Amino acid sequence: MCTLEKRGDLFVLTLTGAGEHRLNPTLLDAISAALRRVKAETSTSSALITTAQGKFFSNGYDLAWAKSSDPIITSSDRFRVMSSKFRSLVADLISLRMPTIAAVSGHASAGGLILALCHDYVLMRKDRGFLYMSELDIGLKIPPWLFAILRCKIGSPAALREVALRAAKLTAETAVDKGVIDSAHDSAEETVEAAMRLGEELVGRRWDGHVYGEVRKAVMPEVLEAIAAVDKVSTTIPSRL
Amino acid sequence: MCTLEKRGNIFFLTLTGDDEHRLNPTFIDSIKSALSEARSQATRGSVLITTAQGKFFSNGFDLAWAQASGSNSGFQERLLHMVDYLKPLIAELLSLPMPTIAAVSGHAAAAGFMLAMSHDYVLMRKDRGVLYMSELDIGLTFPDYFTALVRSKIGSPAARRDVLLRATKLKAEEAVRIGIIDSAHDSGESTVEAALRLGEQLAGRKWDGEVYAEIRKSLYPELCGLLGLAEKTLISPRL
Repeated sequence: MCTLEKRGDLFVLTLTGAGEHRLNPTLLDAISAALRRVKAETSTSSALITTAQGKFFSNGYDLAWAKSSDPIITSSDRFRVMSSKFRSLVADLISLRMPTIAAVSGHASAGGLILALCHDYVLMRKDRGFLYMSELDIGLKIPPWLFAILRCKIGSPAALREVALRAAKLTAETAVDKGVIDSAHDSAEETVEAAMRLGEELVGRRWDGHVYGEVRKAVMPEVLEAIAAVDKVSTTIPSRL
Repeated sequence: MCTLEKRGNIFFLTLTGDDEHRLNPTFIDSIKSALSEARSQATRGSVLITTAQGKFFSNGFDLAWAQASGSNSGFQERLLHMVDYLKPLIAELLSLPMPTIAAVSGHAAAAGFMLAMSHDYVLMRKDRGVLYMSELDIGLTFPDYFTALVRSKIGSPAARRDVLLRATKLKAEEAVRIGIIDSAHDSGESTVEAALRLGEQLAGRKWDGEVYAEIRKSLYPELCGLLGLAEKTLISPRL
């Protein structure tokens, strides 16, 4: 599902395997567990790099898993479970006490795009892959907490419209032009290398992780508020889940 | 006042006549009716294109009608009435279950500029016409939903200042450059043609109009709050 390595002061979280890295409960739990280890093992200024193997960074929620044939646990229950775990993961990423860098090594759609955007820096390969909010094409509304992230990370109204309201498929270079990501690189390997170089540079600033985390949260307060608001209004999830 | 035609998937809303298309209650009503009609006939792949005849897209509220009340207080009352009356029209555009394109064929000032900006895509002719928030020059302040609309659609602080606080008259090419509109075209006809091509592209995506409208509203929560547009509950997707 995912591996966590430490290379000097850099943590490298890799979504493993050749699949779509769909955000089902198993993968979400694995990533959350990796983040808990990152928190436990941090002693000095560090940085997190998240990347993936194969053609996909992540293709979003596991819609196939959500299509339930179980008479008791419904589709919307399964959706709610994924959403809840994803929200938790996003909250953890946004509170993480170190700079975070997404090295987008392949397609990032819907929840996968959001996962990438939850990082402080987003680097992507330009030779293959695109960013894509697929919801409009599938016929899914985008929940407010995901929108809060999009609005925080995409400043230009026109770019936000292209991403969310036109379901545009953005290559890395277009995404850089529109201010959605930071830089585009020749290949997956180069993207990861550039991420490592950036990571080293940021680690070299010797920032206090606690302060860093607090500053990041202050830069994007609406996101944590929007996440908390979901829990307030959603119905109680049956305890067996 | 205005006409609504259907050409294939595309609804054409035309503000008719050679006048300034001033937004008085009667005119606002006729546009609202046309939009209701489009909404009632909407299907997957529907698109709305709004354009106008003559030198003006719209020159804003009908201040002459407001002044015809004969007194200062009468002027205020009629103006406030138009401000309130336009709100549901903007709300209707923001909740319309189809992509919307403004083919700005002439001057768009004040409320007329806001009418154009209430569309998802704004194309404009470059040979004539300006976008202009005239309020500061006239000595009027803005309704809250006007500034919310500007904040929603114009990202750059400098551009917002130029539009609202400097009452800059923007021609199409400059408006594109500073990120206010999408594209500038050689003439009125070529603007409408470009709008048609864009419309056909968007129509080809065959989006569910309700989902489209909900995503659009989510892009502009502050504005929707001021317009009283509530969010709908989750629509079941085709999984």
